[in-house]
Amino acid sequence: MGRLRTIARRTFLFGSVAIAGGVAFGTYLVKRDIPNPLEDDLAAGEATFNPWVKIDGQTITLITPHSDKGQGVVSAQAALIAEELDLDFGQFKVSFGAPSPAYWNTAMASEGAPFKSTDQSFAAETTRSMMGGLMKVIGLQGTGGSTSMADSFDKLRYAGAVARETLKLAASQQHGVPVAELKTKSGAVILPDGTEIPYTALANAAAALDPVEDVTLRDPSMWRLIGKPMERLDIVGKSTGTLDYGIDLSVDGMVHAAVRLDPCRSGEIVSYDASAARAMRGVSDVLEITDGLAVIADNTWRAIQAANAIDVTWGNPPYPPAMDGHWDALAASFNPDQLDRQWRDDGDVDGALASGSVVEAEYRSPYVAHAPLEPLNAIVVVTDDTVEIWTGHQMPRQLLTIISGVTGHDEAQITFHNQFIGGSFGHRLEFEYIKQAAEIANQMRGTPVKLTYSREEDFAQDFPRHIAMGRAKGTVSNGQVETIDVAIAAPSVMSSQMARAGIPVPGPDMQIAAGAWNNPYAIPNYRMSAYRAPELAPTSSWRAVGAPAAGFIFDSFLDELIHAAGADPMAERIRLIDHDVSRKVLEAVADMSSWGGELAPNQGRGVAFVESFGVPTAEVVQVTATDAGIRLDKVWVACDVGTVIDPVNFENLVQGGVIFGLGHAINSEITYADGMAEQTNYHAHEAMRMYQCPEIIVKGLENNSHVRGIGEPPVPPAAPALANAIFAATGQRLREMPFNKFIDFV
Amino acid sequence: MQITVNGKIRDVDVEDDMPLLWVLRDELGITGVKYGCGIAQCGACTVQMDGLAVRSCQVTAASADGADITTIEGLGTPDALHVMQAAWVEHQVAQCGYCQSGQIMQAVTLLDTNPDPTDDDIDAVMSGNLCRCGTYPRIRAAIKTAAAKMQET
Repeated sequence: MGRLRTIARRTFLFGSVAIAGGVAFGTYLVKRDIPNPLEDDLAAGEATFNPWVKIDGQTITLITPHSDKGQGVVSAQAALIAEELDLDFGQFKVSFGAPSPAYWNTAMASEGAPFKSTDQSFAAETTRSMMGGLMKVIGLQGTGGSTSMADSFDKLRYAGAVARETLKLAASQQHGVPVAELKTKSGAVILPDGTEIPYTALANAAAALDPVEDVTLRDPSMWRLIGKPMERLDIVGKSTGTLDYGIDLSVDGMVHAAVRLDPCRSGEIVSYDASAARAMRGVSDVLEITDGLAVIADNTWRAIQAANAIDVTWGNPPYPPAMDGHWDALAASFNPDQLDRQWRDDGDVDGALASGSVVEAEYRSPYVAHAPLEPLNAIVVVTDDTVEIWTGHQMPRQLLTIISGVTGHDEAQITFHNQFIGGSFGHRLEFEYIKQAAEIANQMRGTPVKLTYSREEDFAQDFPRHIAMGRAKGTVSNGQVETIDVAIAAPSVMSSQMARAGIPVPGPDMQIAAGAWNNPYAIPNYRMSAYRAPELAPTSSWRAVGAPAAGFIFDSFLDELIHAAGADPMAERIRLIDHDVSRKVLEAVADMSSWGGELAPNQGRGVAFVESFGVPTAEVVQVTATDAGIRLDKVWVACDVGTVIDPVNFENLVQGGVIFGLGHAINSEITYADGMAEQTNYHAHEAMRMYQCPEIIVKGLENNSHVRGIGEPPVPPAAPALANAIFAATGQRLREMPFNKFIDFV
Repeated sequence: MQITVNGKIRDVDVEDDMPLLWVLRDELGITGVKYGCGIAQCGACTVQMDGLAVRSCQVTAASADGADITTIEGLGTPDALHVMQAAWVEHQVAQCGYCQSGQIMQAVTLLDTNPDPTDDDIDAVMSGNLCRCGTYPRIRAAIKTAAAKMQET
């Protein structure tokens, strides 16, 4: 195992260059079967056919290892298995399962491959499959990058089909009927005479069989569940207050902890006085931990009150204390030494810029907080031989490694119980809060510790979306866009985030450029250069990661060029697109919104198109400039995920993504003063509330040859579509978010 | 202090200034009411106190003494949904769901006082409840469905 891990890490370390050399060895490893973790604690009479299905005499359990932070993937994963296994909702239990390399995420690795998602050439596809193999070796189990459906779509249907055929074989042997004469329906094998044998009655017999691996997936015309509206498995629990999130759990003998952590990330407590905190009711201790101090109390509120009562002086931040320094660092990064990668250089950009009249603009995208509504929390109990953890997290496998490093236990001694998550937007990819809970629990072995962040700590300790600056130039000719040259400077969010996860990511950071280099426009001269700024405030993936910033910069500037050319924003984008699936998305949104129709004099419409995570997405925003400010009237969205799993949940996620994109673009940023985030709670970073929320019309197209996820792709086009609409309505071009710094909104 | 929560009388011994939110969650183990911000900015902690929606993070234990509190658990159950909860299920409102207890409690109070709200009424009353996932279009639709159902009965 040691050697395997060394090789895997080294292969990963050297990135795409080493992949080619490592693939032969990698193939060997990849083809070795990873053990089914369900076999570890299988009781007599229980059958498991693969890591996703377990059946005993009473219960069918489906393992849905992708974390659910609101996107509904527990239901979607279960539906994929149930589709082939012929189960109805209500006939099975679901479980997140234990962390295991069996749940490696192939799609997440594919997204890291340096090819456009719209590029389905042999080179692009084979590299993606190599990356998938690498992840299998590493055993990284993760939820993110809108990959859950891409990862699960074939795998889980196959898991369901294998279970179904094995159960049929068991029934065949038990009843002397050829398999070909058996059918399955609603959790039972049906004999030719119509007798129904519940799967649960076959568990014992099936447990003795090798799984039937030679199965064929059903034709989409036979699907009962996929593509039809579903009632999400969590919907009643979430509508009745009966679904427990991590923050709602309690364990016998548990104490409550709150933290007071370094808001400057200095790594230094200069001095502190906890005497007032220690004297407060219910407080039993104040402990030092790596990033600050922890209060132990008998109640969450008492712990938080006491943590606030600690008088503490912190060290200096390892980044500029105020925003000017951050922006200056970005402005200074547009130089050859800091070129992270030139992602695209079509045509003759320099020649065109030298010969034509040049349009130029500069854009800024701010730090933005994740701030999911459930504050960070974790329960941890450490004994000499075990660690047990309850929280919701997106990277269960890596969590074991990280906590092993905190407490010194072997990973095999650590048990993790994943939970439904009250929102993440990337926050639950971070490990710090669980490390802190584990540090506290390690100092009081045997006592379960529940750490709950106050909202203020959640804001102060967030690793926000990275800032970015864009400098763009272009030319137009004969009413058409001729040249676009977009340079973006940003710190590497991947480097910042993955360093904390203990995973080195050398090479260029695609997220600096995502949303700017990969749009399938056949602009004659198209260059996109990413410059890497030094690490400033520590940052982390924020819903859609790079594309909300880079997509805003690219599409806004494209809109400027189209206006400079005197062309129609929709028609010119459609003319420039050279990817059929993407063109149809733009044509759909033009059709839905009746683009080109009459508007009142104070109204305006903007369109934006950004491809992210393999999903081409186009949005039209309509605004009215009123005396009280800009009012958002209506939004139309068209996007293509290949196959829509659940049209109701799909619409909900698209609407939510648009609202997330619009709300933060209008209202939210994180700024630093004295090294600390100035926004401490929702009053200063509220994104969108209902009164600003427009009507949002959604259409999902299914021309994409790959199945993709929809959690993130609706976010990036929202900000540029709004900025473009405001320009159309008012003539004012907004080049920096949040927009409410420059224009009033109703 | 003594409060009635979902029809049951409960005695608690806490500081006068402990917010009702934490009395419910940590002292009484009623966790359908959620902590989101602690400063009345998100509405996740919304409960009914003597029939009116309040932010339980802003109600002190002392001021809740003797009050009649209804939380989401007292509204309906998975087997016997309140009309509002049934509308929430029908419209598949929740994503992460963490704000929805508060949204539902606020929406129930809205219809108690205004059985046939306009779109503007809904926006005005519900804008104090933050949903980070952006389920607002479905919340609006669910409230209208519930209002129509309540008018029928």
